[in-house]
Amino acid sequence: MSDASWLTDFPQMDRADLLTIRKTLDGAYREFSRSYGDLIESVFDPLLVFLVWFEKFLLASPWWAIIIALSALAFSATRSWKLCIGVVISFSLIGYFGMWDNTMRTMSIILVCTFLSIALGIPIGIAMARSNRVQSFVTPILDVMQTMPAFVYLIPVVMLLGIGKVPGVIAVIIYAIPPVIRLTNLGIRLVDEDVLEAATAYGANASQRLWGVQLPLAMPTIMAGINQTIMMALAMVVIASMIGVKGLGQPVLKSITNQYFTLGLLNGLAIVALAIIFDRVSQAYAVRSQRHLKGGHNA
Amino acid sequence: MPDPLISIQGLYKVFGKAPKTVMAAVKEGKTKDEILADSGHTVGLKDINLDIQKGEIYVIMGLSGSGKSTLIRHFNRLIDPTEGRLMVDGVDVMSLSPDELETFRRNKMSMVFQRFGLMPHRTVIENVGYGLGIQGVEKNDRDAKAQEWLETVGLKGYENQYPSQLSGGQQQRVGLARALCTDAEILLMDEAFSALDPLIRSEMQDQLIELQEKLHKTIIFITHDLDEALRLGDRIAILKDGELVQEGAPEEILLAPATDYVEAFVKDVNRARALTVETVMKPAAYRITADTIGSALEQMKKFKGDYGYYVNDDGYQGVILQESLEDAMPKDANNALCEKVYEDVESISPDSVLETIIPETLDTDYPLPVVNEEGDLQGQLSRSSLGEVLGASNG
Repeated sequence: MSDASWLTDFPQMDRADLLTIRKTLDGAYREFSRSYGDLIESVFDPLLVFLVWFEKFLLASPWWAIIIALSALAFSATRSWKLCIGVVISFSLIGYFGMWDNTMRTMSIILVCTFLSIALGIPIGIAMARSNRVQSFVTPILDVMQTMPAFVYLIPVVMLLGIGKVPGVIAVIIYAIPPVIRLTNLGIRLVDEDVLEAATAYGANASQRLWGVQLPLAMPTIMAGINQTIMMALAMVVIASMIGVKGLGQPVLKSITNQYFTLGLLNGLAIVALAIIFDRVSQAYAVRSQRHLKGGHNA
Repeated sequence: MPDPLISIQGLYKVFGKAPKTVMAAVKEGKTKDEILADSGHTVGLKDINLDIQKGEIYVIMGLSGSGKSTLIRHFNRLIDPTEGRLMVDGVDVMSLSPDELETFRRNKMSMVFQRFGLMPHRTVIENVGYGLGIQGVEKNDRDAKAQEWLETVGLKGYENQYPSQLSGGQQQRVGLARALCTDAEILLMDEAFSALDPLIRSEMQDQLIELQEKLHKTIIFITHDLDEALRLGDRIAILKDGELVQEGAPEEILLAPATDYVEAFVKDVNRARALTVETVMKPAAYRITADTIGSALEQMKKFKGDYGYYVNDDGYQGVILQESLEDAMPKDANNALCEKVYEDVESISPDSVLETIIPETLDTDYPLPVVNEEGDLQGQLSRSSLGEVLGASNG
């Protein structure tokens, strides 16, 4: 080529070629979701049934029963009256400002997402801690999951499963699961070599080492990961509402489009209240379950 | 000698990416530094051969980097050798499958660690019973047994504390109780007392010796402290740069160091505390066997000494000086030797530590008689032989 425009403009691909690539990929994925969408959807059916049941259960329970149950849970985990009173006050306010049902919906989806994240994340974290190859394979995937804008991976999920609860749960889990995986891996890798060696010397096999030494000693770190996962799941509530997840996110979304400042603020505050309660309860539980860390000579 | 309980033959350990490839160079006799420079591999242990008898305390001694901690980890295969054989009680440990190795570790050996290796999330009693838990023993049974051992090491009342609540010495007692609780025949102690302060350390050494008198375990004890090695060891092996430089009984090491390295080590040892009378005494030169004063004096004149040890069929009787015989001579020539002519001197036991008999030895002009428990004269200990042995330690 005789003209030297490549010196000033980046030599980019032909627009036509790019279009072909896009069309091919989009077409292929659309084809895939048409032929397998129903199948994949049916795989997630039990999850949907459970989600619906759990939400209905929370909505059908009387408000006072839920407040009592939550404050009892908070007290048993933290032994702190202050937090208990905080739970009662914030939930009373949530109810009084007419956000009770949405809060229950959000709580149901957050609890399910957290539970699934833990159930998937801890085994993945353990596998990473055991093998450097698994670690070097999983780490970049986690990086992508954490940095890829949520809207981008919402597209294929929605194409495949439509809008509704299940794609919402999947989107939240993709966003929220990395901390529990990372910190499980880290926690196990940081377990004192001497202690692990002692266990090996006494003839402990792999599962005795895992359950008897590695997991208990990694627990504070894993709990920090679970805590982060809960917080990130709550942060996803508004984005998840864009694909039809009901709850506190939807009024927020409505406020953005209609510039309802007060409505947005109230629902936002309700999310914050949930976050603070979950955070304090899970952290206090983590501390209380690690009695041995409260050292003190001959205390 | 009976078959050894543990036998290590031709053990090599090379650390690095492909240890097998440098084995030829190691065997050719290239030094550690040359191999490190040539191939980036570190020679950890080189041609180790040793036999350990049942019931002895076998001390492996060396400075840091000598490979002693690497060596002890071969006994239960926490580290696998690059080459070599390891027999324990007739079993080739290298041939064990992973499952068999776990069983072997559970039943045959237990280990005490320099930095204790206690489980911080378990209480003291749970830690002591850990080995039994791994074996699948029921909680009640293992707690009962753990309780016994906890009392033996003097930690009654600490059952429900966590390790972080105990002092270093107490933590290591828990480590010791945990090791004893599995009833394993062999006890591996990796610098078990090195992290403790001197007073506690010597207390723990006493306790170990006391326990060993009752239990007769086979103990492999790693240390960098020669005093500790001499105090505990029935046999001592000295490691330097991954090679065994000398192996023998404590007094052999002390009195006949094989290399300059061992000699440099031995130099600073307090010999008076490490050696017993037996190891430095000489044969008793002047035994008097005659029964009367006259014939005793005649006998004494023959060996040209001015003293003698009177021995009859009942064993050692006493020390006699020429002087006192001559004083008694004219009138008592035919009288039997009796307590009147004996010197007022205590005999010493062959098992005494030199330190304890220094004053007596210095107070008398003639060598002290060494007499065993049966009352037989074993030898003599003179000021000069004491001086020779103790003096050499400073030069």
